[in-house]
Amino acid sequence: MKILVCISKTPDTTAKIAFTDNNTKFAEAGVQWILNPYDEWYALVRAIELKEKDASSVIHLVNVGGTDAEPIIRKALALGGDEAIRINVTPTDPFTVATQLAEVAKQGGYDLILTGKETIDYNNGSVGGMLAEMLDIPYVALATNLQIDGTTATVKREIEGGEETVEVSLPIVISAQKGMAEARIPNMRGIMAARSKPLKVVEPVQVEPLAKAVEFGLPPAKAGVKLVSPDNVEELVRLLHEEARII
Amino acid sequence: MQVLVFIDHVDGHIKKASLEAASYGAKIAEQTGGTAEAVVLGNPADIDSLGKQGIKKLYQLQHDNLQAIDSQVYTKILEQVVQKAGSQVIVFSNNSTGKAIAPRLAVRLQAGLVSGAVALPDTSNGFTVRKNVFSGKAFAQVSVTSDIKIIALNPNSFSITEGDGATEIVPFEATVDAPKIKVTGSTKTSGKVALTEADVVVSAGRGLKGPENWKMVEELADLLGAALACSRPVADANWRPHNEHVGQTGIAIAPNLYIAIGISGAIQHLAGVNRSKVIVVVNKDAEAPFFKAADYGIVGDAFEVVPKIIDAVKKIKGIS
Ligand SMILES: Cc1cc2nc3c(=O)[nH]c(=O)nc-3n(C[C@H](O)[C@H](O)[C@H](O)COP(=O)(O)OP(=O)(O)OC[C@H]3O[C@@H](n4cnc5c(N)ncnc54)[C@H](O)[C@@H]3O)c2cc1C
Repeated sequence: MKILVCISKTPDTTAKIAFTDNNTKFAEAGVQWILNPYDEWYALVRAIELKEKDASSVIHLVNVGGTDAEPIIRKALALGGDEAIRINVTPTDPFTVATQLAEVAKQGGYDLILTGKETIDYNNGSVGGMLAEMLDIPYVALATNLQIDGTTATVKREIEGGEETVEVSLPIVISAQKGMAEARIPNMRGIMAARSKPLKVVEPVQVEPLAKAVEFGLPPAKAGVKLVSPDNVEELVRLLHEEARII
Repeated sequence: MQVLVFIDHVDGHIKKASLEAASYGAKIAEQTGGTAEAVVLGNPADIDSLGKQGIKKLYQLQHDNLQAIDSQVYTKILEQVVQKAGSQVIVFSNNSTGKAIAPRLAVRLQAGLVSGAVALPDTSNGFTVRKNVFSGKAFAQVSVTSDIKIIALNPNSFSITEGDGATEIVPFEATVDAPKIKVTGSTKTSGKVALTEADVVVSAGRGLKGPENWKMVEELADLLGAALACSRPVADANWRPHNEHVGQTGIAIAPNLYIAIGISGAIQHLAGVNRSKVIVVVNKDAEAPFFKAADYGIVGDAFEVVPKIIDAVKKIKGIS
């Protein structure tokens, strides 16, 4: 089986969120970058698990990004990708990213394409669906479990208030979230091996975004907490009832 | 602008998130001098009442091939509806169904997509929509430049309107492909209320010491008609199912009331819950960071405080 895992670079979860250039750009100074957790913990690790069951499988990684993305690509290779492709353009929005990915996906003839359910910075969760449409193949979003038997995938997906199990033939695109796999840490052997694994750089195709973030802002700060004594819990419930009007 | 709202349903009823989307879509139509229309694939019992949310016309398509939500099949049908209706703005709820279909439709129609919208579009200068970014730590104004615009509205971001309009139901014929996705089973989660749609969420963390102590949390949730949630380590330790994990790497929610019991309030946890309208924190550590993000708080032992909350709620609700 040929697997493609789409990986992206995001600010660390503890990064300070601030904006520059008149609130039009995320302030990157001093920010630590990580492999997007959904891509790493769930999509990539599940791909590695599938390869461990079927050694004939290959895992390709693809990233849309500049040279600054190479450390996270090497980390993904250290975890267990076989080779990586970096499409050399700064990502701006899901549509142009999916367009770039589709070029690589079409050429590679993949059976299974995995993405994370969203990136933790722009929270769009759109790349997987857009990519599937560009490839004209099925898409299962928000997957929590994935089993492959021959050319059939059995996938559990989140629905409101529950989960649904679906069966679908390969090739498919799947977006992965919690439940799919257990996060791993790269080991020394993986890190050494990653240095010599192929990382191919390809140039992007020309495409314009249809929607783009033009301005950012921070939500207003909370007014401050109103503390209630543990000996006077009825007061809390009264406040929720009368002041906040929610109970 | 001509607006088309996608109506999602389950167990024969329209999802609450779709009623929000309908109300939101109707408001856009009103603001921009257009008509609000909607489309439903299937036959939920309550479609007649969509007029209350301001939907003037509902395209309805019923077909055997629609049992499983196959985003490929649904997208091709919606494309046909959009062509017939001349829709300029298409509204989805940003729920599990919307997340599967909206991105595909955006590609098919070459339409700009705003996923995770939290406010009405600003049409004073172009067309921009506010969405959450950085898991609720910030927001962005997204400018859509294509002719057709698609908005996926976050659940619990827009109030359901209750007017007295009527909706005309128009049967719709379309080419419907055979689905490639087959549903073979489904399970309901422990709580009675879907987490992303819930008005009230009761959540607990590692402070509860072990899964055997969740009874009081469940009792409180039941009393309040709330959904259950938990912090990440609780789900990681399998004390609770993973679909209750909220936060930056779990599910993001925005209920009217979020009650956090024995949760420290780490930045990654706050990211997924800080859009809740009112936050109540119960924690025995007065220094817990969660108090900084809370509206109301009790510094105390959960094992003493939660049973007292349960009693007080019962009292106010007249249950003994
Ligand atoms: C990349 C990354 C992503 C993450 N994503 C998420 C995420 O999405 N969601 C998430 O929740 N976490 C996430 N985390 C983990 C997060 O950093 C915290 O570790 C986690 O939220 C802590 O969970 P907790 O508050 O339940 O446990 P703890 O931090 O152990 O806190 C327990 C709290 O309970 C209180 N307590 C103890 N006993 C009692 C008692 N008897 N009565 C009252 N209070 C009591 C303590 O004072 C303490 O504040 C992430 C971490 C990383 C690194």
